[in-house]
Amino acid sequence: MSDITEDTVRHLANLARIALTPDEVTTLASELAEIVSAVEKVNEVATADIPATSHPIPMENVWRDDVVADELTSEQALTGAPDHDGSRFRVTAILGEEE
Amino acid sequence: MARDALMDFDAALEKFEPVIGLEVHVELSTKSKMFSSASNVFGADPNTAVTPVCLGLPGSLPVVNREAVRYSISLGLALGCEIAETCRFARKNYFYPDLAKNYQISQFDEPIAFEGSLEVELDNGDLVTIPIERAHMEEDAGKLTHVGGTTGRIQGAEYSLVDYNRAGVPLVEIVTKPIYGTEARAGEVARAYVSTIRDIVRGLGISEARMERGNLRCDANVSLRPRGDEKLGTRTETKNVNSLRSIERAIRYEIQRQAALLDKGIAILQETRHWHEDSGTTSPGRPKSDADDYRYFPEPDLLPIRPSRELVDELRAALPEPPAAQRRRLKAEWGFSDVDFQSIVNAGLLVEVRETVDAGANPQSARKWWMGELSRIANETNVEPASLVTPVQVAELQSAVDAGTINDKLAREALAGLMANEGTVAEIIEKRGLTVVSDDGALIAAIDDALASQPDVLEKIRSGKVEAAGAVIGAVMKAMGGKADAARVRELVIERASA
Repeated sequence: MSDITEDTVRHLANLARIALTPDEVTTLASELAEIVSAVEKVNEVATADIPATSHPIPMENVWRDDVVADELTSEQALTGAPDHDGSRFRVTAILGEEE
Repeated sequence: MARDALMDFDAALEKFEPVIGLEVHVELSTKSKMFSSASNVFGADPNTAVTPVCLGLPGSLPVVNREAVRYSISLGLALGCEIAETCRFARKNYFYPDLAKNYQISQFDEPIAFEGSLEVELDNGDLVTIPIERAHMEEDAGKLTHVGGTTGRIQGAEYSLVDYNRAGVPLVEIVTKPIYGTEARAGEVARAYVSTIRDIVRGLGISEARMERGNLRCDANVSLRPRGDEKLGTRTETKNVNSLRSIERAIRYEIQRQAALLDKGIAILQETRHWHEDSGTTSPGRPKSDADDYRYFPEPDLLPIRPSRELVDELRAALPEPPAAQRRRLKAEWGFSDVDFQSIVNAGLLVEVRETVDAGANPQSARKWWMGELSRIANETNVEPASLVTPVQVAELQSAVDAGTINDKLAREALAGLMANEGTVAEIIEKRGLTVVSDDGALIAAIDDALASQPDVLEKIRSGKVEAAGAVIGAVMKAMGGKADAARVRELVIERASA
């Protein structure tokens, strides 16, 4: 069965910077465990002779030419922003760093 | 910030062996971004070079830029790598607002290029081979400006402003294998390596490679192990190293800092550290996440890339000469001494000098311009020499000097005109009235005037003190407003003396 524990949920919540209450952790641990078990059913049919794939249809090399198009204005870009300074998105400062 | 204790560099090397590893990010100079049709520009107004893909808007889908794949393959080949038969993109999940999607599209277990090596040349001409593990394609992140707090540094920030213009700019990340045996030259090897990559990507024409703009960035991994130990020590990764000189300094600093800790029996924390240019120190960032925490998985919105062998062969055939081989050839062709040639390489001006020579200037003059006047101006104004003028312009300038149209002094004035975008060399000479006085009559008149006030000069020249002509040349120059051909004046003065 699934190995989703409350510790796993707390760790993931921390990585995703989501604050969870102890009750939510308990609920999510059991719900996620069920979801993972459901997905695990794939293992029953995915035997060693079936290669793993990241896409259902065998296609490759789909690309575009190096052409600039369809840019937004900064007004458009900021339309859905909860907060901004007129040209940039304003977000809560987070202790971290650029990747 | 408490200052870290440092061990003397030589003492540190006596006790410990440094092992370094380098991650270099190269921003590709495609017209549009890696997965979106937004323009790949530097310095545009915030959030104007964006599409819904760059903002991670619901329903938007990435599509691979074919040119970026070609550039990446070329770079992989130039690094001596094998090019994958097939490769895939992966999501690297992390939650930080520099990417709106909460993941970066990168490559994980299937990079486009792997298993290469690069020969780099040190200041004294020694060659070192750097083993390359992989070069993979990914996208750059947006730019955060932290506002508030006492210092403006991230710890004190109250909020951050995000500009997504850079989000999605194509990057190639080049990762070395651990580099052993560099010893006291660890920093120098790293600098030479990054400098060589800069030459390569410029030679390929796939990146502006300007470190001060972040086109080329280096993260330096450093670990120490006690002499005789097999096991690698815990490493730190120093980021924010934005110049060739800083790379060398940052590695030296980390060696000294880690040695001081290890010597006291304190374990090194595996962490990211930030380099501070002003203080020449590093400070801790966050503890390094395990790769597991990024929850890499194949990017479902993109299909695998399978570069045809024909394309790979075509790009291989179009590769320019490798930098180390090119240096050997140019040094021989130009007839420079080791010192003169190496000074150009160390100043990072080989490309400029070479292109100036290609545009028709003689190597000595090309070197003189870039290492002299242009480096001086660049230093004073704190920019790169290459940003002042183009090699073709320098060659034109020198050609006017060679033709005797202008002298060195007037050429410097014409250079000012070029930097002020006043037109071509010929136009500037015309507009600013910079032509040297080639009318012998006018020169002789000025010489006579000068001799009248310094009557002993001719006598001195006749008695063999030819250098006495200098005083007259100076006076004539002054009278002509600097527009005299010094060599011609000298000839005329000596003719006078022997008449």
